Amino acid sequence: MIRVNVQKKLGDFTLDVAFDAPRGVTAIFGRSGSGKTTLINAIAGLMMPDSGRISLSDRVLFDQTRSLPPRSRKLGLVFQDARLFPHLTVAKNLTFGGRHDHDRIVDLLGLGRILVRKPADLSGGEKQRVALGRALMSDPDMLLLDEPLAALDTPRKAEILPYLEQLRDDFGMPMIYVSHAMSEVARLANYLVVLDAGKVVRAGPLAEVLSHPASVPMLGVRDAGAVIAVTVAGYDADDHLTRLTFDGGQMSLPGHVGRVGQGLRVRIPAQDVILASQIPAQISARNILPVTVTAIEDGRGPGVVIGLMAGETPLLARITKASLRDMKLSVGADIFAIIKATAVAPEDAGR
Amino acid sequence: MIWAPVILSLQVSALATICALPVAVLVAFILARKRFWGHGLLNGLVHLPLVLPPVVTGYLLLVVFGRQGAVGSLLYDLLGVTLAFRWTGAALAAGIMGFPLMVRAIRLGFEAVDTGLEDAARTLGATNVGVFTRVTLPLIAPAIIAGAVLGFAKALGEFGATITFVAAIPGQTETIPSAIYAALQVPGQESAVVWLVCVSIVLAMGALMASEWLARRMVTR
Repeated sequence: MIRVNVQKKLGDFTLDVAFDAPRGVTAIFGRSGSGKTTLINAIAGLMMPDSGRISLSDRVLFDQTRSLPPRSRKLGLVFQDARLFPHLTVAKNLTFGGRHDHDRIVDLLGLGRILVRKPADLSGGEKQRVALGRALMSDPDMLLLDEPLAALDTPRKAEILPYLEQLRDDFGMPMIYVSHAMSEVARLANYLVVLDAGKVVRAGPLAEVLSHPASVPMLGVRDAGAVIAVTVAGYDADDHLTRLTFDGGQMSLPGHVGRVGQGLRVRIPAQDVILASQIPAQISARNILPVTVTAIEDGRGPGVVIGLMAGETPLLARITKASLRDMKLSVGADIFAIIKATAVAPEDAGR
Repeated sequence: MIWAPVILSLQVSALATICALPVAVLVAFILARKRFWGHGLLNGLVHLPLVLPPVVTGYLLLVVFGRQGAVGSLLYDLLGVTLAFRWTGAALAAGIMGFPLMVRAIRLGFEAVDTGLEDAARTLGATNVGVFTRVTLPLIAPAIIAGAVLGFAKALGEFGATITFVAAIPGQTETIPSAIYAALQVPGQESAVVWLVCVSIVLAMGALMASEWLARRMVTR
């Protein structure tokens, strides 16, 4: 869908990035200063690369001989700081670049009641919804979202994320989603590009990259964890637990998540997975899965990353080197993975 | 009550402001946004009337725009227009003296505009002209108003360059400051002086209040 190959030197910093992403949502993940915004600006045409080539489907946006101006690229850009025009009402902001699908977008984003307001009178979440609507009404071929939730607090983030999921699923809108928040990336993206110091250190389908033990040092210990596809099997009202099935077994999550039969993706942080050689007799954790060790990835610090396979589903666990030695784990060993039901944060489960 | 200098001053200042403002917006834009060889030179040239003795500016105007001057003779031969010793010449002098003040105010406006908003407009399909007229100009409207008021006030008070370039012919080129000066030279004209001074104060206050009101309307619109 989008093919990116750009080089740009900015003082001491060099951006040198190449990736081909399929249709869908591509996440660009990296720490601040890794070149994410520079890359987005290059794709949008706000920054001229020194060399390279950018194409979207069959359209060449940039190469050695031509560079389309931003207005001709048909890309909807949503900035971290919304960048609404302060002198225009919400209604005028929305239609600045066109009125494609006007009523449907106003409806979808719930903007009907704030159309007459000025940006100064909007909350952070409302501003981002207007910015999203404004980009959509310009009828873009793809949305570029540059950390759209970074300036919002957790409840506001939870307010916007479902809209983005809806755009992805119901509108089929292709997106590039720039973020340093793994929970957002894991919920939205199907393809992941990890940037570090201006270079691509990892790129591939999201589940593959996230469940690969070698990705852990690049993502950071806190953000590492496999994303698994599950189906909602039922809800136990007495226990307030949602039962999920996947091809490696069963799991339960706290609270009422999704509808029965609905497919969800759930991120399981590697540091919240406990390993045991035998089924523990009595344990408070709800989820005990039989798994096979597929990889042991030694890191620098005290930790080791263990790649696991539960049925056909890869998982990751992070344990200490001392535990690894005591348990005498080796590749091919059949053991048990234990996951606390509450290890999965509500914002880590999405459709 | 002497009305002739008051009406003339208002005419001169209005013409000076209306003609100088678009040029000031253009020059302020170039100085704020463009980097080129001669940037410093243009900046110096724009500010020259601010630091030069006004009489020198008036003399230079006479040399360039007088009937025998390089531009003045051309204007007369081609269009039959004379500026020296006419009220239009007074407007030229007033406009040039107020020009640096206008440019300074408007340039600050351009520099305060968040270029991120202009980038956003570009990604929404706006052309360069569209970005300028739909985003940049509305955002700097308060600065343009401030520049216009400064220029207008400066034009009302201009004395040195005006009297050198167009003299002070009663009913033709005698603006309020020239009239006050003339009245002060003659005993028994104190009442005329007081009247013209009061008018000056009222006009200056009026201009300030009008600009405040306009700027506030811009913000709430």
